[in-house]
Amino acid sequence: MIEVQDLTKAYGPVTAVDHVSFSVNEGEILGFLGPNGAGKTTTMRILTGYLPATSGTAKIAGFDVTTDSLGARRHIGYLPEVPPLYLDMTVETYLDFVLRIKNVPADKRKGRIADALEKTNLLDKPQELIKRLSRGYKQRVGLAQALVHDPLVIILDEPTVGLDPKQIIEVRHLIKNLAGTHTIILSTHILPEVSMTCDRVVIINKGKIAAIDTPQNLTMQLKGAQRIFVEAQAPEKPFRELLAQIPGAGPIELSPARVHGRVTATIEAASGRDIRSVIAAKVVEKGWPLYELRGVNVSLEDIFLELTTDDAEHSQASN
Amino acid sequence: MIGSLYAVYRKEMGHYFVSPVAYVVVAMFLFVSAYFFNLYVREIVEQSFGMPSDFDAPAQMLRAFLGLLALLALFLMPMVTMGLFAEERKRGTMELLMTSPIGETDIVLGKFLASLTLFVVMLVPTAAFMLYIWLHTDPAAPLRIVLSGYLGILLFGGCLLALGSFISSLTENQLIAGALTFGLFLLLWAIDFGSRGAESALGQTVQYLSVINHYEDFSRGVVDTSGLVYYLSFIGFFIFLTVRSIDSLRWRRA
Repeated sequence: MIEVQDLTKAYGPVTAVDHVSFSVNEGEILGFLGPNGAGKTTTMRILTGYLPATSGTAKIAGFDVTTDSLGARRHIGYLPEVPPLYLDMTVETYLDFVLRIKNVPADKRKGRIADALEKTNLLDKPQELIKRLSRGYKQRVGLAQALVHDPLVIILDEPTVGLDPKQIIEVRHLIKNLAGTHTIILSTHILPEVSMTCDRVVIINKGKIAAIDTPQNLTMQLKGAQRIFVEAQAPEKPFRELLAQIPGAGPIELSPARVHGRVTATIEAASGRDIRSVIAAKVVEKGWPLYELRGVNVSLEDIFLELTTDDAEHSQASN
Repeated sequence: MIGSLYAVYRKEMGHYFVSPVAYVVVAMFLFVSAYFFNLYVREIVEQSFGMPSDFDAPAQMLRAFLGLLALLALFLMPMVTMGLFAEERKRGTMELLMTSPIGETDIVLGKFLASLTLFVVMLVPTAAFMLYIWLHTDPAAPLRIVLSGYLGILLFGGCLLALGSFISSLTENQLIAGALTFGLFLLLWAIDFGSRGAESALGQTVQYLSVINHYEDFSRGVVDTSGLVYYLSFIGFFIFLTVRSIDSLRWRRA
């Protein structure tokens, strides 16, 4: 449904998007993850025909966004970072205007508006002036605008920004429900959002793609190394020495626990060996009360940092 | 496509008439023009005493009044056009328009025609003043002058709006757009003040370029091709420039 080949965008000497290639299958949700300024918005703007690419090609539903821009734009619904709202319109007249400029025939407009209002939970506000709406409602009107004409492809730039936690959950639900019938690209810098909603993730940094995979696979990649968390009531120094002697144990981080007298440790362990039972046995053998022992899941956050941070910065961040 | 042009036109009309914009502009226009109309009527009536019998009071009156309309348009229309594109750019709604399957020409023409409609709405009530002159003069004021005068003000206003749209497409700042439109149009108005009556080719050219010279012909009842060509190509040229400018936004954006 979406094919991107070697897409590059340079602003003078600055390359905002650098030879980016990826594709999105019909009905899939692709997450765009990256720090601010990584090139997410620029890539989306090229896909929607708002910006021309410096080189490379992008196709939406078979239409090239450069040579057949109008054809491509016909199949896109787009929510920019700032929702493009006309503040002195009511929600309904605004959606009607959007349908008109998207060339939706008159007899279908009423039904589409009702449908979009329902999906975005705006049924109680159709006659409200947009300028009177709260931030969260405005964001929802922006979403309604992106899907009101029932496009094949929906592109959402940071769709959950400015929403409260309850609304964020609603929007994620909505996006999940849209998948299947729509192909969706969404960008975010919130990691859980990606693992919760997306089928695949593109991690982008400084204009380059750092990784493309499913959230599960990305997590697996880093699972090679295992991390173990222990909490026990023990004197710090002997505790560290004990843990260090265990075969397979890597770097250890020790810190006092919240309860007085207890110590917590995080141990990096080599892959393929579960040293938890050994730790338990050794600690108990010493007569130290053991309070907690568990494997720690490597989160997308870690992968993200791993992939987007320079080595120097990274070691500094982990200290 | 005519559908999307109409959609933009409708949206703009909604913007003018749902918000107080249109009412304030139209009311100011009518209030000031009524005040001056009143002054002019007194003045002309006083002057006409003791004038030879061929003194054409109604024609004098019409010319003065049409001149006033042009002046008021110069003051008010930049305030209408300054937001046309500047506001869309500032609010980010340009991003919606430019990622929709709608051509730049439709956007520009839709907006231009809507602002021209607002201008016509401003002018229509002034027909009452014309009717007043017509009812109270004997022989009645020639209808030809009234009609050509209104054609003239419509074309004159069209130029102002076309230039205003173009300037609004160049900036995100409405005040800059308004001030530039006012200043540039005033210059085009006064460009020949130094060469009035000059016979040289340069002088003639400069006189032709002045936006107000042709209007004065219209307000005397003279509709000549040179004036029509001037106004229509002025409007066409700046609409074309606006379309190019909107299109180039894609490339200029950094």
